[in-house]
Amino acid sequence: MIRFGLLFSLSAALGAQSLAVRADFLHTSAGPAIRDGIVLIQDGRILAVGRAADVKLPEGTVVHRAKVAVPGLVDGRSTVGLSGLLNQPHDQDQIEGSAPIQPELRAIDAYNGRDPLVGYLRSLGITTVHTGHGPGALISGQTFVIKTHATEVTQGVLKTQAMIAATLGDGARSREAGKAPGTRAKQIAMLRGELVAAQEYARKLKEAEKGKEPARDLRKETLVQVLRKELPLLATAHRAQDILSLLRLAQEFNLDIVLDGGAEASLVLAELKAAKVSVILHPTMSRTFGELENASLETAARLQAAGIPFSFQSGFEGYVPKTRVVLWEGAMAAANGLAFDQALQALTITPAKLLGIADRLGSLEKGKDGDVALFDGDPFEFTTHCVGTIINGVLVSQGEETRGPVR
Amino acid sequence: MTRLLPALALGLALLPLSAQEKPQAFIGARIIPIEGPEIENGVLVVHRGRILAVGGMATAIPDGAVRHDAKGKVVLPGLVDSHSHIGSAEGADSTAPIQPDVRVSDSLNLRSASVMRARAGGITTVNVMPGSGHLLSGQTMYLKLRGGQTVDALAMEKRPNGSYLGGMKMANGTNSRRTTGPFPGTRAKSAALVREQFMKAQDYQRRLREAGDDPKKRPARDLAMEALVEVLEGKRVVHHHTHRHDDILTVLRLSKEFGFKVVLHHVSDAWLVADEIAKSGFGSSIICIDSPGGKLETKDIRLTNGAALERSGALAAFHTDDPITDSRWFLREAGLAVRAGMSRQGALEAMTLNGAKLLDLQGRIGSLRPGKDADFLVLSADPLSVYTHVEQTWVEGAKVFDRADPRHRLYAVGGQGASHDTYDLTHLLAMEAEETYQ
Repeated sequence: MIRFGLLFSLSAALGAQSLAVRADFLHTSAGPAIRDGIVLIQDGRILAVGRAADVKLPEGTVVHRAKVAVPGLVDGRSTVGLSGLLNQPHDQDQIEGSAPIQPELRAIDAYNGRDPLVGYLRSLGITTVHTGHGPGALISGQTFVIKTHATEVTQGVLKTQAMIAATLGDGARSREAGKAPGTRAKQIAMLRGELVAAQEYARKLKEAEKGKEPARDLRKETLVQVLRKELPLLATAHRAQDILSLLRLAQEFNLDIVLDGGAEASLVLAELKAAKVSVILHPTMSRTFGELENASLETAARLQAAGIPFSFQSGFEGYVPKTRVVLWEGAMAAANGLAFDQALQALTITPAKLLGIADRLGSLEKGKDGDVALFDGDPFEFTTHCVGTIINGVLVSQGEETRGPVR
Repeated sequence: MTRLLPALALGLALLPLSAQEKPQAFIGARIIPIEGPEIENGVLVVHRGRILAVGGMATAIPDGAVRHDAKGKVVLPGLVDSHSHIGSAEGADSTAPIQPDVRVSDSLNLRSASVMRARAGGITTVNVMPGSGHLLSGQTMYLKLRGGQTVDALAMEKRPNGSYLGGMKMANGTNSRRTTGPFPGTRAKSAALVREQFMKAQDYQRRLREAGDDPKKRPARDLAMEALVEVLEGKRVVHHHTHRHDDILTVLRLSKEFGFKVVLHHVSDAWLVADEIAKSGFGSSIICIDSPGGKLETKDIRLTNGAALERSGALAAFHTDDPITDSRWFLREAGLAVRAGMSRQGALEAMTLNGAKLLDLQGRIGSLRPGKDADFLVLSADPLSVYTHVEQTWVEGAKVFDRADPRHRLYAVGGQGASHDTYDLTHLLAMEAEETYQ
């Protein structure tokens, strides 16, 4: 309850106060770590970043000390806020089962910023989530980007529409016999058909005389946005064959695509590189069942070595744990061949760039949002704690919710 | 003689590897014996599957011993996973909520990749259990993850009646409830059905006792009742799945009513009833989950459970519940528990000796003490660090996992073929050659 009280009172005071974080090690995601560094935040924005000796603090600046500070973490792909903690029908809005293709479904119409899991992630240093409709349907709907301090979608939204979520392979197969799509080939055939229909719709719109335009079709309008590269197609695919099908589809329709998952991405590195595709890698500790049977802890390191941009994600979980913690997924990759800075980038600046919000966040640089995560040690270590989360220059959490009350 | 040699060689190969070996000494590691303080620059000597000596650099190393340079490494007892489903474990089917005659040992596929992944995670002893979808889903089995691939090769102990050393899996709360069939629809009905079966078993036990040595007076053999009598007589511990605070107390009441020994499993709400658990004297087998929720009964699960039980003086050990968490990151649970307030020593005990205690095997495993089984790990660094890898896993003096071996490394790291249902297959070796895994 303290947390919510704090949020409220500090939000009210926002704008008047300057706040600074002084850390023994300040990792900015914009250059080498600064020893004894300071981030100065004023009116919600970063005013200065540098060595403590070089940054002059205005009088009355509240200084938060930490061993390590990093940019607020960005979860590359989540369903948090749509797939609630209780996992009961009333709090599960990440997938709509009534039809295989529903790009018109908007994440902003479903997000619950008060779900306890949002607060849980916030307390662990995650300040921004790319969340929305999950994997599990050929086209499940839209995703959006919001900061984790926002309890309502009237605050903190960075992008009302981010991407259109699609799934290829077993995850998109219809669970009902006789209902499409039943096979992989049918999945691609359906997507191709939808995209062609959207092309036709766009042509009719363009060619129609004034007053004689075709009736509005939100589903087709959304796919026209994809065809115009206004929205990337975020396609979940794990098997190498599905990844290559996606690349072919993208080439055929000249789409912007982002590969989500990619358990077998290591097998098609050259193809991904040639297609200039970004990857939002499946959680490092994903269960290695079914299409993820060949998942490797070292895929992140291989993507890095191949020069393919990738981000970490917490993903979607249908059971226990109901959400993963993107920090810990990155940590496991950092323990398996990825350098610290590389892992941190894939948790901050890389997803920010991918989401088109790197001008606002993802690194600690002058002019960017004052989003900082504070730790009492190496953020990747199991035994380290997130001791503070700052969003827009406001301390929104002090101490992670993993500890809870101990009697 | 020449004709005898192949047979002799084969015979030796089938023996536990340890029996034929020279003493082996691991020299220079930081040794964490669990019982007793950590030893910098320690020496561990093992022979014939047992621990011969543990100590500092002055420890006597027998002549002819194989010497392993372990400088810079950390040696820890093999991990004990007190609740797992590796080996494609199965138990009771959907025909009845209580099936004590069903044995998990009759379902195990020990060529499953999950077994090799457990070795890669440093697990040397496992309680393999049937699931939690029944009030009683069958007999569990304690495995030692030796190098074999059969139930007999991996059994902790085979009993005279043909069953294997293990416990009895029970569950309450929502998992064992169903809206159809012979299953209970409520918590009270769940307890009533359990009570009914235990009363039947008490009756069977009484008739057995009264018959004495007279075979004519003996009741007809009933395998389900025989197994429950073992439970009543304390020869088979109940491993009881239970999440919610009220369900935990129900288990404690039933155990008191019928006098059976129990280990509480998961106990998601342990932090709410830690004192009651401590007072019962029974141990808990707990898990560290990345976040709360995912099912109603785990909405309040906390990483603080280990700390709460420790402070209350209750015995607690960790489990993977593999596949709920992967056996390869079992050690992570100790780190997360320390993060949430458990002591380092307590958390490491909860990975090893406490698990052994829950399985009543503390005389054989769980710490590095002379005379105990030579089950230990060579770690690259401190057990609580994310950057640490299990480099080697040794069971009864034989190396069963070696990260330096590419075939083994595949199971630790993952990759093409790593989750395949069998291991040691030639196609995996062929894949290795394709330098996918360098």
